[in-house]
Amino acid sequence: MNRDGIVAGGAGPSQLHANMLALDCEAEAGRIEKRMLEIVGREQRRRGVVIALSGGVDSSVCAALAARAFGAAKVFGLMLPERDSSPHSLLRATRVAGQFGIAHAVENIAPTLEALGCYRWRDEAIRAVFPQFGADWKSKIAIAGGSVGTFNYFKLVVQSPAGELHETRLPPRQYLQIVAATNFKQRVRKMVEYFHADRLNYAVIGTPNRLEYDQGFFVKNGDGAADLKPIAHLYKTQVYALARHLGIPDEICNAAPSTDTYSLQQGQDEFYFALTYDKMDVALWACNHGVPAEEVASFLRISEAQAAFVYKDIAAKRLATRYLHAKPSLVEPVPEIPA
Amino acid sequence: MQDVKNKVRQFLRDNLVMGGDVAIADGTSFMEAHILDSTGFIELITFVEETFGVAVDEEEMLPENFDSLANIDGYLARKRAAKPAA
Repeated sequence: MNRDGIVAGGAGPSQLHANMLALDCEAEAGRIEKRMLEIVGREQRRRGVVIALSGGVDSSVCAALAARAFGAAKVFGLMLPERDSSPHSLLRATRVAGQFGIAHAVENIAPTLEALGCYRWRDEAIRAVFPQFGADWKSKIAIAGGSVGTFNYFKLVVQSPAGELHETRLPPRQYLQIVAATNFKQRVRKMVEYFHADRLNYAVIGTPNRLEYDQGFFVKNGDGAADLKPIAHLYKTQVYALARHLGIPDEICNAAPSTDTYSLQQGQDEFYFALTYDKMDVALWACNHGVPAEEVASFLRISEAQAAFVYKDIAAKRLATRYLHAKPSLVEPVPEIPA
Repeated sequence: MQDVKNKVRQFLRDNLVMGGDVAIADGTSFMEAHILDSTGFIELITFVEETFGVAVDEEEMLPENFDSLANIDGYLARKRAAKPAA
C-alpha cells in the first residue's frame, strides 16, 4: 500500500468487467433485512424505524427494505422539504411511501431554517461575491480544477431571474459560510427524524450508499447521523439494481443523483465527486481491489492522468473526511465505556 | 526569497498544522505531507493573494506553483518578473 492508501498492482485486467458490480438482488435484500431486524430489534431494542424520504433512490431502497423487514406498520416515513427542494422530490417520496404502505408525514422545514438564519447567512456570503444576488436569483456551488491538473477549488454559480449565469471562484470564508448555512438543512431534518424516533421508540435509518459513506459525502450530525445505515456497503450501481428489483418507480430508478440542496440543479458529481456515479463506482471498486489506475483509465475510456487523479482524490477525500466518521475524541480513554 | 518562504511557513504552522509536529522544509510537498486539504488549499491561495499582492489565475493553481514553499517562492518570482513595469 502506498502513502495514499492505494494498493498498487495487485490485480490483473480481467478483474474489471461489465458484471463486477452485479448483485444477487433477492439474496442481498434478504441478508440486509435479516440484519436490520437483528440490529434494531435485538441490539438497539427499538420497535421500528424512522426514515426520511428524499425521493431519491437511496432512501427509496432503504424504505422498501425496511417495510419488508419490519412490516410497513413499523416504518414511519418523513418528507422534509424546504425552500430550495424540487417539487418532484416530494411527489416521488409520496409515491414510494404509498407503494410500500408506509405511514408518513410531510413537515416543511423552511420556517425553521428561516428562523435559524440559514438563508440569511447563505445569501450574505453569496452577496459578498455577487452583490447583485437577489431573493429571486438561484445559486449552487460546483467543484472545479482537479481533473484538469490544478488543485480542487470551489466555484459559486448564480443565475439571474432572466436566466443569465455568472460564476466565480469562492474565497474560503464565503465558501465555508455557504456550506455551513446549507448544512442547517441536513441537521434540522435529522432533528425532526429523531423527534419522531423518540416519540415512537424507533431507530433512525441513514441512507448513504458506499460512495457517499466512503468518500464522506454527508453532513456530520446531519444526514451522517443514524442508528443504522443498511446500504452503506453497496455501490450506487448496486443500489439502482436493488431499486429495480424491489419495484421502485422508474422515475426514481432513472434519475441522476442530485443533492436537491441548492436552488440551482446540482449533480453530485459537479459538487463533490470527480466522475459521474457509475464511473466513480468502477474507480472506487478498482481502487479497493488493487487495480492499477491505467487499467481503470482503459476500462472507463478516460485518460491515465485523470484516472491517477481520481485515485488520489479518493484517498484525499478519505483522509479529509475521516473526522466526519469519528466519535468525539477523548483526552484519555474511559475504560468502562467501550469505544 | 526567504521572506516568502518564512511567511508561508508561518501561515501553515499557525493555521493548518496547529499542534502538529510537521517539519516544513522548503521542498516538502504539502500534499504528500497531508498539510493541505481542499479547504486548506483555498485558504493558502487567499493568503498568498492578500499577503503578496498578486491575483492567482485558476489555471495557475497547479502543484508546481503551490505544493511547496519553494514552488510558491518560484511562482511569485515568475509572477513579479512577468508583471509589466508601471
